[in-house]
Amino acid sequence: MPEDVKPVKVSEIVKDVTRSFDSSVATTWYSNLMEFLSGSKSFYVLLIISGIMVFISAMSSANAINMGYRHAYGVTREVAWGILISTYIFFVVTSTGLCIVSSIGHVFGIKDFMPIAKRTVFLAVVTIMAGFTVIFLDIENPFRMAIYNAISPNLTSNIWWMGTLYGAYMFFMIVEFIFLLIGSHKYAMYSGLLGLISGIAAHSNLGAIFGMLHGREYWYGPYMPIYFIASAMASGCAAIIFFTYLGYKVNNEMMDKPMERSLEAVGKLCTLLLTVIMFFATWKIITGLVAASGKVEAIKAMLAGPYSLNFWLFEVLIGMVIPFILLLRSKGKNINMMFTASLLMIIGIFIMRYDLVVVGQIVPLYHDLGVNEYSSLHKYTPSFYEIMVVLGGMGVVATSFLLGERVFKGHKSEIH
Amino acid sequence: MKHGKFNPDDLKEEKSNSLSIIERREFLRIGLVITGVFAGGTILSAISNINKVFASTEEVAEKYPYKPHYSMVIRQNLCIDCERCLEACIITNDVPEYGYRTAILQRDVPDAIGQKREFIPVLCNQCNNPPCVRACPVKATYKDKQHGIVMMNYDKCIGCKVCVMACPYNARYFNEEKHSIDKCNFCIDTRLSKGEKLTACTAACPTGARNFGDLSNPDSEVYKLVHQIEKPVWVLRPEVGAKPNVFYMKG
Ligand code: SF4
Ligand code: SF4
Repeated sequence: MPEDVKPVKVSEIVKDVTRSFDSSVATTWYSNLMEFLSGSKSFYVLLIISGIMVFISAMSSANAINMGYRHAYGVTREVAWGILISTYIFFVVTSTGLCIVSSIGHVFGIKDFMPIAKRTVFLAVVTIMAGFTVIFLDIENPFRMAIYNAISPNLTSNIWWMGTLYGAYMFFMIVEFIFLLIGSHKYAMYSGLLGLISGIAAHSNLGAIFGMLHGREYWYGPYMPIYFIASAMASGCAAIIFFTYLGYKVNNEMMDKPMERSLEAVGKLCTLLLTVIMFFATWKIITGLVAASGKVEAIKAMLAGPYSLNFWLFEVLIGMVIPFILLLRSKGKNINMMFTASLLMIIGIFIMRYDLVVVGQIVPLYHDLGVNEYSSLHKYTPSFYEIMVVLGGMGVVATSFLLGERVFKGHKSEIH
Repeated sequence: MKHGKFNPDDLKEEKSNSLSIIERREFLRIGLVITGVFAGGTILSAISNINKVFASTEEVAEKYPYKPHYSMVIRQNLCIDCERCLEACIITNDVPEYGYRTAILQRDVPDAIGQKREFIPVLCNQCNNPPCVRACPVKATYKDKQHGIVMMNYDKCIGCKVCVMACPYNARYFNEEKHSIDKCNFCIDTRLSKGEKLTACTAACPTGARNFGDLSNPDSEVYKLVHQIEKPVWVLRPEVGAKPNVFYMKG
């Protein structure tokens, strides 16, 4: 990109940030701090709200730990994985998606995807951390995990691979972000590539956790790992549009041409991926209807049973159809329309993850035995404490996003 | 060897009566001895399965994966739902009121003549191919190499509950007091290791519905029950391929 396209102010800020990282001159930090504090009122209101969200969630989680998860959470022996697992998946899916989409620019060198890279990598780190926070509050003995994951690994376990690879992924993404900050693009590219590889591997393992449960017809098979990757990219695109739009709002700035072009490209990719997801959803249902009886029961619960509102309203309409129409109509140019589409997609995808996890468990394992105990579907409702953890995870993302916008000054980057 | 063609559903249609005595004998000779084979499902499916697992009958040596090969045989029609086994289990293994290691399921059979309800005891099947063990990230649950019981290391369990998701038999629950998943272990720690021969539930069962022993020992009760020509024996959810060591029969 030629130098003159870039607004003068942007390059100054970038130099500024770069210098502050290079030499850590105290005066630069001071002026950065001043600039940070000079934010608009609405910025601080938002920051305080999200901070309070995190705080309240932390309090309630401490309470939940005290009283024991069995009392605090709505999960049961039969539905052992609830909204915390699905929210964890939601966050790490988004993170992986952000990583994949950002790599199109930074790793594979496609120019249109470059302006979004910094913010995207930052958000990938933030969302994976939010995911880890949520899973930390779901697992009963998280501290043991750190120990035994290292000294007693089970190499046939998808969870082991997922945990380990996501650990590596987070490390590489943080390193990539640091390299992007100090403007070392070559190393950023390498760490981005490593992050991409570990992220995709981790993510397909997350899908395989479900896909390899041979006692659970609803999930079993190669569908899940593949679907997870495809839907991650869609989530990533939605998150990029969503947060970039908000970022510019928060900073009270206008987008420049390269950024607009970049969002247009992301919007188009998003439209394409939505069709892919719709395709997946359609065939999942059609094949599910002629499957073993347990799976048919689950699909029926989605189509016309207790989960039909979730499915038709949230997953199909809000998550896929309306965003698809909005994205098509926006032509990648109407940024407000694209933002609405991305918001709807994020809501829809959140519910999609929830249904994916819960509906897979509602059909009793002994369903085919015809016993009275298991003649009806299992029920699960998220408890207050579970919802608080979910809100806390979202608070972590919101707080970090807002702080990031200010500290890293709108994630502006030099364009090569 | 015909892989892939086998569908357990097809077998549901078959009637055990349609088997010739010769077929049955053949099956007993080659099939029953190893639960790995037998666990293909019912007697019927095991017969259809046998060629899949072993190229020739010679290969089916009289060999068990474990020694002793602990197994439970449930004579389903003898269960009267007195629930003494449940009580014994709770006391012996310190099972909290919110969990269970074994349960009795009820099935109504309205068309039956006479008794119209069946009782089906369920517990951990100590599977030969245990999905829970494969899924556990930290080897907190493992299959004992000697006796084949699927064990818990209560100190290692991180409580991720993927084993609960993986188990096809709803055999696991999280025990708050132990800070770990808990499940039936055939009373290995509470009874067998102390010289008792039976699990608590088996010892408490007044009707002989529960039978326990070493399947590799031809003198054991379970061996004798399972090796009767006239009685079909089955396992729950054979299609999953977990290869259970808890067998069901009638009579
Ligand atoms: S019944 Fe469940 S818990 Fe027991 S060994 Fe099989 S899979 Fe594991
Ligand atoms: S809950 Fe415990 S035993 Fe079960 S898979 Fe997780 S760590 Fe292993």
